Amino acid sequence: MNTTAETHELVGRGARQGGELFRAWFDQLTHTAETGGQAAYVFVMGSLAELLRSFELPVVFPEINSLQTAVRKVSDEYLSLAEDHGFSPDVCGYVKADYALQLRGGEHPMGRIPKPSIAVLTNACNTYLKWAEIWERMYDIPIVTVDVPGTRSPYVQFTPGDFKRDRRYVEGQLRELIDTLVEHTGRPFDIDRLRQVLDTTNRMGRDWRRLLELNRARPAVYDAMLEGTIHLGVANALRGSVEGADYFADLVEEMRYKVDNGIGALVDPGEAHRLIFLGVPCYPIFRRFYQLFSEWGGVFVGSTYMWFASGGLDSEFEYDLARPIESLAEGLLQGVQRAVDAMLFHDQPLIEAIDRYEADGVVYHPIKSCRTVSTGLADSRKRVLEQRDVLCLYIESDMMDKRVVSEAQLKNRIDAFFEGLESRKLRLAAEPVAAGG
Amino acid sequence: MSPQPKPAEPGAAYEPLLDLPEDGDLDSTLTYCREIVEDPDFPTVRRWREGGGKVLGHFQVYFPEELAHAAGVLPVKMRGAQVERREADSHFGSYLCSILRSSLELALTGRIEVDLFVTHPICDAARNLAAIWGRNRPEPAQILYLPQNPNSQFSQTYLAEEYARVLTDIEAISGHAVTADELLRSIGVFNDNRSLLRDLYAIKRETPWLLPVHEAWVLVALAGVVTREEHNELLRTVLPQIRSREAKKQDKLRVVFEGGFCEQPPLDLLREIAHFCYVVDDDLLIGLRWILEDVPTGTPPLEALADAYLNRSSYSPVQHDLRKPKEKMLLARIREAGAEAAIVSAAKMCEPGLDEQVAYSEALDDAGIPYFVTEFEERMTSFDHLQIQLETFVENLLFY
Repeated sequence: MNTTAETHELVGRGARQGGELFRAWFDQLTHTAETGGQAAYVFVMGSLAELLRSFELPVVFPEINSLQTAVRKVSDEYLSLAEDHGFSPDVCGYVKADYALQLRGGEHPMGRIPKPSIAVLTNACNTYLKWAEIWERMYDIPIVTVDVPGTRSPYVQFTPGDFKRDRRYVEGQLRELIDTLVEHTGRPFDIDRLRQVLDTTNRMGRDWRRLLELNRARPAVYDAMLEGTIHLGVANALRGSVEGADYFADLVEEMRYKVDNGIGALVDPGEAHRLIFLGVPCYPIFRRFYQLFSEWGGVFVGSTYMWFASGGLDSEFEYDLARPIESLAEGLLQGVQRAVDAMLFHDQPLIEAIDRYEADGVVYHPIKSCRTVSTGLADSRKRVLEQRDVLCLYIESDMMDKRVVSEAQLKNRIDAFFEGLESRKLRLAAEPVAAGG
Repeated sequence: MSPQPKPAEPGAAYEPLLDLPEDGDLDSTLTYCREIVEDPDFPTVRRWREGGGKVLGHFQVYFPEELAHAAGVLPVKMRGAQVERREADSHFGSYLCSILRSSLELALTGRIEVDLFVTHPICDAARNLAAIWGRNRPEPAQILYLPQNPNSQFSQTYLAEEYARVLTDIEAISGHAVTADELLRSIGVFNDNRSLLRDLYAIKRETPWLLPVHEAWVLVALAGVVTREEHNELLRTVLPQIRSREAKKQDKLRVVFEGGFCEQPPLDLLREIAHFCYVVDDDLLIGLRWILEDVPTGTPPLEALADAYLNRSSYSPVQHDLRKPKEKMLLARIREAGAEAAIVSAAKMCEPGLDEQVAYSEALDDAGIPYFVTEFEERMTSFDHLQIQLETFVENLLFY
């Protein structure tokens, strides 16, 4: 039997550790900024953190920096500054917050962000390309795009030969990137160090998948939107690091304990409705946004965010340490394809997830800032509704811009959604009796 | 009638899709062409299909149309239309551009039928269109991943192989296995077209009073809905007529229009601009003019097309190429066209276009070139506000 002391120590440990790791990571970035060290700017989808870490280059995730300004309720200051410089209110808020952050010399609520000495990106999101062009103009630094062809269509045949061809293309670009990094850092490429880092990511990936699997439990043991965002932050910032891999091993231990002891993500009220989240959370009112669901006993058992922003950790793929560069290319290719598929072609995997997680409802949250994530959501919803008897909620706001976040309107829609869920449950509970009677 | 032309040598006989006015008068021809390119029921495409022809619809910006042409398939540029949206809007959320919605509207309402739809990762919304199209239409829809790292030595080989993959899909709908010779012949037809379009733009640059921007746009846009043989023939007829037009040079501002690479401004908006300005160069329908010179016909065709896309091409906000910083390319376009100012435009909700406006504005400020910033939407119908602003801008430059 587990003791109260054990419960006290384990439950909530992941959130505490995650916060500590995140603060330490920002402290390191502040140190880099203050000492004028090199820093690589990367993005969450296809970060190539393993390769950069093997060159001992600190990685900076501008997406994370930007979302933190929203979570800490200062994004409007950054957005306003960027818009004063000519940016449209209709473009990505992440880009604008980062642009303003650069103008403010890296000033950030979590510390100071170093300037980029190099930027490495993929085409997983087209805005990445436009974003990097800003740094190119501002700093005249090397900008390396690794072009990763995505799924052409689930509706046309794509052969193993096609995959091999794409892999060869990606691998060629990675070898070019390695040459650039050698020149940029003045360090030789250490393939054994890369192997070590890849091995650590493999370990992190195994625990990430265990984490996803554990939330099938009833009650679900974490909220995939709220806590999932913390998990994603650590998974990206510390990808390939021993601390990161250890964090997820501990987290799995915690979540397993919660499963074994029936400790759910929600306490009062407990879990009443199991939901899946599509899109990006509403960071300007992040805690309140979560509460709008949790107050009704709604828990997010899964989210496409934990698929597309996890850098492929959600797939069974593991790096082959016997051929690290080739395998890194395969990992990048399938990781980015998987991420893009989770945004474009997610209807079928979503239907499978509804079954797998026994979800009662799906919440679509398209946002002004991100067309990659948002464009197909209304259409995919139609397909899901055709195939599964679940309730869907479609609400629009933004991840950065509180001018388009109407809490009252969101609450009305969310309340109506839960009323629908509850009356549906009552109706379903009554049906067998009626049939039997 | 069997309107499907054989992909034969340039200048070979073809069945026309247009019913050009018999009098051969330039103004009558331009009026007719305008009706065709503005008709949301795509009569030329309909006519082609009625003759048993297959159609490949490709979304903006660039598609190697030679691949479809060589297979005897009509490549049609999907660039939206001014239609009332009854079906498509329910498939999209807010904050999206109009061209995305109207292109899907055309397909969902049967105004245009294609046998294969191809989109490109030009932006995050356009890439999504393949998924939405595929979920709602029976014909195959796919993404052609044009390289976003043209600076890699591996991108050309990748692209040639990607073209080969797409060609296989085109052959599947046409039922015709394309030979290298057929591809080379098609490249020849398109080289002729590129050359004629360069001539058309030379008129705009050198004698812009002979060809206002809205008329030039009609002539270029027509390439997206007829066979290239027919388009070539038309241009061969009208270009000399334009050159011999009786029109006097007026005191108008010479400008470059930037921002028409994907969604197209309404023709009436271009006409408003033409009241005050000579548009001496632009990026309108740049995909049809993407390749700047003849594609060599002495090398393997797919490699030649890939090389041309990467290395003999124009620029746009949706292609990332370290060799082509967009703001520097715009300054070069202005300089080479002898323009005095720029209209820096973007379609509403077009993220790449709106992002680029910032860089363009800074570069133009630094270069001391006057510019006018605006946004448009393909279904705009009122231009009063724009007219006043543009008139003020022009008068400030001309008279002060």
